[in-house]
Amino acid sequence: MSDTKKLAIIASQGTLDWGYPPFILASTAAAMDMEAVIFFTFYGLPLLKKEIDAKVSPHSNPAMPMKMPFGNKDFKSINWQIPNVISGNMPGFDSMATMMMKETFKQKGVATIEQLRSMCQEFGVRFIACQMTMEVFGFEKEEFIDGVEYGGAATFLEYAADADISLFI
Amino acid sequence: MSEMVSNMELNCEGLNCPLPILKTKKAIDSLNSGEILKMTATDPGSVNDMASWANRTGHELVAHTEESSVHTFFIKKK
Repeated sequence: MSDTKKLAIIASQGTLDWGYPPFILASTAAAMDMEAVIFFTFYGLPLLKKEIDAKVSPHSNPAMPMKMPFGNKDFKSINWQIPNVISGNMPGFDSMATMMMKETFKQKGVATIEQLRSMCQEFGVRFIACQMTMEVFGFEKEEFIDGVEYGGAATFLEYAADADISLFI
Repeated sequence: MSEMVSNMELNCEGLNCPLPILKTKKAIDSLNSGEILKMTATDPGSVNDMASWANRTGHELVAHTEESSVHTFFIKKK
């Protein structure tokens, strides 16, 4: 089909929050009969690891609502104002926030990143890992899931030159 | 509305974006042209999303009803 729309995404962030959009958009594009490619570079590369260990850091996201995933409705709706001196210094704070975000996502029926990633692959979304940043950060192909292509800026741009939608995330 | 006949039923209740769309796509792929998929969802965003998805893919959104926050869609495969 010559009129197939093409989506090109650069995934440059690997935290739990920023890890979602590339996989959500690419899987949905494929479900809408579009072609999709995600180019993983810099901190986006860990999203290709067999087991994703993505965390979220409230300290670097001042606008992030801090809400509890348990308790009654009124308790859940409280937006806890955590001072930066605590969120930035308390050991385990990011792990706790990550656990709470994952629990909230689960309760709201949101897919996990791993689920969305495998649906992308099932729908034929192409994943390209940036060879240069792999060398810089010391990633090995064995650490990544199967079906990943490897390339650089030119590999991505060759595809993106004909893309209808290009996003840097 | 009287009950429409469907060839397959898909329950996406409790699931959030983009899962209802992704599961609908998988279900539609397993049907033959002209067959009808019945999908139910509780995600309020699925109303606009299903219309957009149908627009883009060319499958026909034959009917949409809502009853106590459950949306029911009938989609005819192109």
